[in-house]
Amino acid sequence: MDKILKRKIILLSAILVLAVILGILKGSVNLSFSELFSKENRQILNFRFVRVILAIVAASGLSICGIVLQAILRNPLAEPYLLGTSSGAGLGAVIALTLGVAVTYIPFAAFIGAILSTLLVYSISRERGKIGVQSLILSGVIVSIAFSAIILFLLSTSERQTLHGISWWLWGNLEVFDYKLLIIVSVIVALGIFTVYLFSQDLNAISIGEEEALHLGVNVELVKKILLFLVSLITAAIISVCGVIGFVGLIIPHISRLVIGPNHKLLIPVSCILSSAFMLLCDSFARTLFSPSEIPIGVITAIVGAPIFIILLKKSEAR
Amino acid sequence: MGVLLKADKIFGGYNNKPVINNVSLEIKQGDFLGIIGPNGGGKSTLLRLMSRAILPTKGKIVLEGEDLRKINSKEVARKIAFIPQLTLINFSFTVWEIVLMGRIPHLSRLKAEGKKDFSIAERALSLTDALHLKNRRIDELSAGELQRVIIAKALAQEPLLLFLDEPTSYLDIGHQVQTLDLLAELNQKNNLSIVIVLHDLNLAGEYCKKIILLNEGEIFEQGTPAQVLTYQNIESLYKTVVVVKDNPITLRPHVLLIPGNKKCKQE
Repeated sequence: MDKILKRKIILLSAILVLAVILGILKGSVNLSFSELFSKENRQILNFRFVRVILAIVAASGLSICGIVLQAILRNPLAEPYLLGTSSGAGLGAVIALTLGVAVTYIPFAAFIGAILSTLLVYSISRERGKIGVQSLILSGVIVSIAFSAIILFLLSTSERQTLHGISWWLWGNLEVFDYKLLIIVSVIVALGIFTVYLFSQDLNAISIGEEEALHLGVNVELVKKILLFLVSLITAAIISVCGVIGFVGLIIPHISRLVIGPNHKLLIPVSCILSSAFMLLCDSFARTLFSPSEIPIGVITAIVGAPIFIILLKKSEAR
Repeated sequence: MGVLLKADKIFGGYNNKPVINNVSLEIKQGDFLGIIGPNGGGKSTLLRLMSRAILPTKGKIVLEGEDLRKINSKEVARKIAFIPQLTLINFSFTVWEIVLMGRIPHLSRLKAEGKKDFSIAERALSLTDALHLKNRRIDELSAGELQRVIIAKALAQEPLLLFLDEPTSYLDIGHQVQTLDLLAELNQKNNLSIVIVLHDLNLAGEYCKKIILLNEGEIFEQGTPAQVLTYQNIESLYKTVVVVKDNPITLRPHVLLIPGNKKCKQE
């Protein structure tokens, strides 16, 4: 068993390394190896390097949030944006844009929107100090629908300029505008994932049932609150720089479980590796398919992700 | 024999609606206690109160001399293991991973399982005759196999007390007897104290040393199976006509149903 496990991890890490190399060598501007490492192209190299880091941070964060939500809600369709973060962040950004706030402050508006909408979802679903699994899912959906409607309303009444400023948002983007922001987001996501990892034992217990976890001495309600807080923080941080990148947080947890099993002690690190590789490859497609123009990364993750997901689903059903 | 758990005039339920009213009981070491009674009588609630899944609104529960309210949840889980009616696991953990989860109460947050934990988990699996299932996935098991694995997980907790909430409801009679034989063996050989909620009066009569008959949140009768399982007690609580006869082999009381009786139609 352990040998197979080691081989799987080595193989996945090798794929990740290849994806990183590909991410640095390929881009919307076609450069040869020697050109890329020459002095005059230093900035392009830097740019690509930073983009690789953002891809890894965003992918790892989103897949871990998906894992946590699928485990504590015991729902295979749970994904990071379930808590209303995406529409909340979108609304924050749109409001800021229509008010004419400078573009550099848009990520903060998005972050605050994401956090506020999660708080709203959370407080709707809270009953007598406990968070109901079904009511959390329902209130997440309702808040998302309501906020999306408000976004559409604001966009339909605003000028075209704003509309364009928001479109990258809805489909995600890995371009780095602000290095300082990237550092802050990376630190938040890394610390968040590390803290989630400390709860992997509790996640195992909760994923077999809240009642079971309770009888194994897990303080279920407290653990759920801490994990929901971490998930909303990580998602809000990522969304504030990358916009909404769909599918990664939904399918990578499923694929990782098929590869390594549901034990969170392994699932969390393996998911980080797998999602990073997936995101980097998707980003390479996004940049090179129609170069020099770029396709939004969220389009690629969905187009590539959906068939993979369907194939895996059919396969596991047939088992 | 020492008293493990003592409930003193406890009240409790959900959302301020009391289900259990003024129940007092003692569980001693080596007990095999059955809790029976009509639907909605508070059997599961009583079990959940005693395992601290919910807290009593009034009264006190003492576990090994300590107030249950004041013991932290991991310590409770080292002393009490709980087996619910039906365990539905959506994720395909292996049997080995599930049984090792029984060690969670004994491990600190970041500590991985060690040699001792592995040998305890292995022993638990062999006690329940499930060691050959070790590498199987939990979602591939039959109901009987799953039940044995869930019991092994509970045994890996190394509890003093094992609570079971209708563990036989989804099993055929062969697996019902198999499960209860296993519990009886654990009770006798390993001195594990068992509290079991049962719907099936005959299984309760066959296996329990002592029975509590619970009705509308209060203890209606308690004692040996022969004292509790009388036709008077059963007819008055279950509103149905029965005949109680002794099992010719075990000489334990056996409840026989009489279909289509008047008492039933009046209700």
